[in-house]
Amino acid sequence: MVALKDLKMEELYAPGHRLCAGCGPSISMRMMMKAFRGPTVVTNATGCVEVSTTIYPYTAWRVPWVHTLFENAAATASGLEAAYKVLLRKGVRNTKVDVIAVGGDGGTFDIGLQALSGALERGHDFVYVCYDNEAYMNTGIQRSSATPRGAATTTSPAGSVIPGKRGRKKNLTAICAAHDIEYVATASIGFPGDYIDKVRKAIEVEGAAVVHVFAPCPLGWRSNPADSIKLAKLAVQTGVFPLYEIIKGKYKLNIKVGKCIPVSEYLKLQGRFRHLFKPELKSELDAIQEQVTEDWNRTLDLCGEKPKVTG
Amino acid sequence: MYRRREEYNEVIIPYQGEGSTVRPQELAGMSGNEAVAYATKQANVDVVAAYPITPQTIMVERFSEYVANGEVDAEFVCVESEHSAMSASVGASLTGARVMTSTASQGLALMHEVMYLASGLRCPIVMMVANRALSAPINIHGDHSDMMGSRDCGWIQIYVENPQEAYDWTLQALKIAEDPEVSLPATVNIDGFTVSHAMEDLNLLSDDQVSGFLPRRKPVYKVEPEKPLTVGALAMPDYYYEVKRQQEEAMRQVPHVLNKVTKEYETVSHRKYGMIETFEMDDAEIAILCLGSTAGTARTVARQLREKGRKVGVVKLWLYRPFPQEELISVICNLKALAVVERAISFGAPYGALCSDVASILQDCEGRPKIFDVVCGLGGRDISPEDIRRVFDEADQVAKTGIVRDRLKFIGVRE
Amino acid sequence: MTEKKIPLSEKMKLAWKETPIAGVIFEPGSSVEYRTGDWRVAKKPVIDQKKCIKCFICWIFCPDVAIVRTEKGVSEDYDHCKGCAICAEECPVDAITMVNE
Repeated sequence: MVALKDLKMEELYAPGHRLCAGCGPSISMRMMMKAFRGPTVVTNATGCVEVSTTIYPYTAWRVPWVHTLFENAAATASGLEAAYKVLLRKGVRNTKVDVIAVGGDGGTFDIGLQALSGALERGHDFVYVCYDNEAYMNTGIQRSSATPRGAATTTSPAGSVIPGKRGRKKNLTAICAAHDIEYVATASIGFPGDYIDKVRKAIEVEGAAVVHVFAPCPLGWRSNPADSIKLAKLAVQTGVFPLYEIIKGKYKLNIKVGKCIPVSEYLKLQGRFRHLFKPELKSELDAIQEQVTEDWNRTLDLCGEKPKVTG
Repeated sequence: MYRRREEYNEVIIPYQGEGSTVRPQELAGMSGNEAVAYATKQANVDVVAAYPITPQTIMVERFSEYVANGEVDAEFVCVESEHSAMSASVGASLTGARVMTSTASQGLALMHEVMYLASGLRCPIVMMVANRALSAPINIHGDHSDMMGSRDCGWIQIYVENPQEAYDWTLQALKIAEDPEVSLPATVNIDGFTVSHAMEDLNLLSDDQVSGFLPRRKPVYKVEPEKPLTVGALAMPDYYYEVKRQQEEAMRQVPHVLNKVTKEYETVSHRKYGMIETFEMDDAEIAILCLGSTAGTARTVARQLREKGRKVGVVKLWLYRPFPQEELISVICNLKALAVVERAISFGAPYGALCSDVASILQDCEGRPKIFDVVCGLGGRDISPEDIRRVFDEADQVAKTGIVRDRLKFIGVRE
Repeated sequence: MTEKKIPLSEKMKLAWKETPIAGVIFEPGSSVEYRTGDWRVAKKPVIDQKKCIKCFICWIFCPDVAIVRTEKGVSEDYDHCKGCAICAEECPVDAITMVNE
């Protein structure tokens, strides 16, 4: 795992962008760019990162950067990759270009899933980095299929009848792995060395690769901006967001959590779960813990690790 | 099959089939789809990202054969939808590569939002549209409602009458689109089935002639690691308007660039093109104005009526966007009556799209012809010589009485 | 007399003929000019350089590149720091404190 002091000092991501104080996705972009190895082009789906980093005439990007639409980051990346490949072959260009597609959970899990699936199936040589802040944050914190159970969002509010989002978080990595691509990984900004390594591995793979990075949103999650990294670590340590790789279809656990911290330690720091701590919703809180434990054990099983009892 | 073409005064050599080295003016039998696929191959395109939809499918199939056989060095990206087709085309075009694609009907409607991206980001993509009716009800046959639904998206729009024009215009559209004064995408519209599938004879250019006419594209700007730039930033109200004004200015350069390009093409191909094509308009009193293959039927009937002494003419628009205002005014202002025949309907509007545009420019005419709109051929219903005769007769009535009885007539519908 | 610098956003309000094509931003990293440091309301981070062990954790975790890394170590960029306090929270030796402005 790369040590922080060995990361390159060059900042390809400039300050002065308008993302919130303590923005997890912002940190995820900065860290991602530490993994770039050579000529790179980034294409970005509409969302928090895209809008806030490129308000004309200001841009926070020091690499070539393209934004087209919300649901087509993977399709735009396909076009870029195909063109650079041909231009290299025809001698118009003389260096290879790494193509990185970036999308939030909104532009990836939901509206962008078709384009992602198509690009993965065709096997374009690109990396898709999905920064996951678990809702459509840019348009006002509406729920996405990445919103976890019980979370309050503006379209799944914690009401007296329905206590927040119903249903589970969609399993993006399993969907990507089902396309038989060589490399899929989950990451968290709380574990920078692991995340940056994974982006680099993804870039080095010949063919498509996907990195799904967990990135807390203080505004949308109603958490303290200073807690963004803490939450990113807790999510892993409670088993809510396990960190693993799927390399040629085989799961490998990267951060082995000895005994998972109770989920409530993670939930209580976020206003979006505050309603779950009401006495009448105890059963919901317990159900969430049960589901997390079950999913964690399933992940362990897939990774060939022994299931542990959690608190 | 071959025959002597009097106007070229050359002996034509039979076309030897796919893959043969085509000699200048070689005669071939091709459908519109095949002609466009062939032009795409000869243009040394870099990327084609396309999704199949009737009646465009033959174009992508032919082209993928050329790629598979190494007859063209291009990346053919079999995308999973038309929205992705245009998205990938935009991505590819931004790198400075030459990009072409094709679609029809529902596919065009699906990629609608991306069309604005292509023109807004000034990507000179050339797309063949095999015009087909829009659902509902689902109908796979030819009419212009698909392109008319997207006419404001900032693309150059050209309509062709037959496979020869489809071939020639594909090459010319590429040169016009890629011109640095323009740098806008263009559609080449070919009537679904009538032009896309029916085989006709056409003369091809040789590979050398095409590569001489279409050298490597020189983009106005490109996305490359050597010069990092940000494309697609958020433009707040303080900045958006200027970009759009610029785009309109680029559209306004199309007429003079088109004239330059068609002149050059004439020296290579011996075929002369422009913004409009007229038939017997010098002394015409009544005329039909239309797009695409309908013009062929109209000319046939017009010839017959001329033999009987009636002063009729036909105006066909090749260029629809930007609308050829000056050229048309010089041709239609002295008519007594003009019938605009269109294969699309604009529900609830006083006139269809084409007739609206014609009516608008008549404001600048001193002597104004009476005009009326004729909707026919929807959903691929045949526009017969009978229908055209009825239109000319109606135009005659209007010319004689000076009264337009029906500003919008439906011809060919069962009543 | 100090000259008031014209912000980039004003400079780029060009006539349509001079506006860069397609709204493209040709200057990479132009957001540096935008002082997000003005967003801070109450506290700013101060690094106790004596305590600092140069682990670079504050540097990598800053969402705004407001902890600047040089060969010598780390320092604060108050022009851009938004005051989120992640650096103070994560510093393993408590070398960073949030002080009132």
